[in-house]
Amino acid sequence: MTLALEVKNVIKSFQSDSGEIRAVDDVSFAVEAGEFVALVGPSGSGKTTMLSILAALLSPTSGQILIDGVDLANMSEAERVALRREKIGFTFQSNNLIPYLTALENVQLMLRLNQRFDRAGAVRSAELLSRLGLGERLNNLPAQMSGGQQQRVAIARALIHNPTVVLADEPTASLDTERAFQVVQTFAALIHENNRAGIMVTHDLRMCQYVDRVLQMRDGKLVKIFTSREEILQLAKGE
Amino acid sequence: MNNLSLATYLSWQEVWRNRGRFFLVSLVIALITLLVLFIAALGEGLGNANSQYISRINADLLVYLEKSDFIIPSSRVERSTVRSIRRLDGVQDAGGISTSSVAILLPDDEVLKVSLIGVEPGKPGDPAVTEGRNLAGEQSKEAVIDLNVIQRSDVRVGDLITIRATQGTKDEFFTLRVVGSTEGQLYSFQPSIFVPYGTWDRVRAKSDAELDSPSSTVNVVAISLSDVSAAQTVSDALTARIDNVEVADLQTAVENVPGYSAQQSTVQTQAVFTLLIGVLVIGGFFQIQILQKVPQIGVLKAIGADNFTVGMAAVIQIIITTTLGVAIGSSLAFIFSLTFPPTVPIVFNGLNSAIAIAALLLIGPAGGLVSIFYAVRIEPLKALRLS
Repeated sequence: MTLALEVKNVIKSFQSDSGEIRAVDDVSFAVEAGEFVALVGPSGSGKTTMLSILAALLSPTSGQILIDGVDLANMSEAERVALRREKIGFTFQSNNLIPYLTALENVQLMLRLNQRFDRAGAVRSAELLSRLGLGERLNNLPAQMSGGQQQRVAIARALIHNPTVVLADEPTASLDTERAFQVVQTFAALIHENNRAGIMVTHDLRMCQYVDRVLQMRDGKLVKIFTSREEILQLAKGE
Repeated sequence: MNNLSLATYLSWQEVWRNRGRFFLVSLVIALITLLVLFIAALGEGLGNANSQYISRINADLLVYLEKSDFIIPSSRVERSTVRSIRRLDGVQDAGGISTSSVAILLPDDEVLKVSLIGVEPGKPGDPAVTEGRNLAGEQSKEAVIDLNVIQRSDVRVGDLITIRATQGTKDEFFTLRVVGSTEGQLYSFQPSIFVPYGTWDRVRAKSDAELDSPSSTVNVVAISLSDVSAAQTVSDALTARIDNVEVADLQTAVENVPGYSAQQSTVQTQAVFTLLIGVLVIGGFFQIQILQKVPQIGVLKAIGADNFTVGMAAVIQIIITTTLGVAIGSSLAFIFSLTFPPTVPIVFNGLNSAIAIAALLLIGPAGGLVSIFYAVRIEPLKALRLS
């Protein structure tokens, strides 16, 4: 297996009136290509800050984040923008899609951003959306789709350009239970199938049944890593 | 280049998919355009109506009585002075010009008030005719009329016209034959008729004191130069060698026609304020739009769109909306202009309209500057509420 992402001793601290706050405190882990990992923890545990750092949206105070062996901690802003475009796929909690682009155009946008949009890319985008059950919705605008359908379009957009790492921030937050399971299951399948490294931040432990590993954070620290299937299923069942 | 095409793609898709909203903004810009173009045309029309004869006169300099402040009705120059001016080096020719106001009697007891301009036939100040012939003779009972007179009455070249002038306390009537027509000769907000100086002095409005003595003065003297580039030299020589006169070029003469500068500055102020309102309207619209789009711009930046793409998409959107609005407004202005009678002082001058349109096209990006800067400064982390 190839290491897609390596996080080494990452610290992110903020200054507040009461002094320094460590939102991420000396966190280290690695994710291999084809591995789907959940980052869980209570509110304020630092998981969203960790995700922002992995997405090159936030610089760590110290430590290293290597994507395909390249450290993004020392990159310029322009390099980070290029990295987000080329190496990272991203889905958010909500407001995921560009409202004036159709489902197909939203997916193709990643190819256009990467100057890789051509006839083959257009076909591939449509196929991926069809694979996600949206074959009839290709020309629908986001407002004409349900929350689950929008999340699936966002997943397609996050994968279409073959990024090294796919990040998902609470992808099921605005979905009902049935839709949430469907979305995460599809997401996991595509991560494995396309051999990408996937990291999902979630507070809904039930979703962990579809991941290969669970990283649990508390107070900015990585406190536990669940690797065995039994442990993960127990966690998902809330036992 | 790819970023530019991506920005164009994004902005066009947004405009097209929200065409109702953007079209409404374009209509607001169209109305502002219509207003600005009409104000510019009104300025041109009023300026023309007041000073068209002076601005198009076949002369290079005008000579006034000293301390008349270049006001034509206040100026009185002796006719003998005209002869002295002709003898000066650099002066090709000179002709006296006298102005007054009379009424032409029309059928059904209607009258058309006109500027009565006395000129020396064949000399500077005598306008070129477009139909018929020029004036001939110092005392001949004939007139050349402005095309505006023809448009506002049934008078044609070859007709006899009766003019009414108040002389002393009585209305006197004179008959003149129209021998030619000229165009673009409005003066003092009235169409003009041109008569030889001797005829002018006989038929003009006079006070009691002027009734028995023929006038020995003209209002101003129009000078054509042998060499236009020597205008300043001739002007200096003229004021040095001839007593009690001052000299103005045509620009100064036009600007000092009574009411001209006050009118133009008023109209220009209106135009500037209308443009400012345009900047505020467009700026306000795009600022509100950007505020509504913060999460969407955050997504774009988070997935790798750079600031150039985001900023340029906003610029292109503003340009599309403004251009559409200006095009609609200009077309409406053109259509409306065809419906105005010649008495309405609205004149669409190509250059002025082009300047107004250029200014209108610039107010879009100018108004949207704040929103463009705002869009570029949006941080994806905050926009997506990840921080």
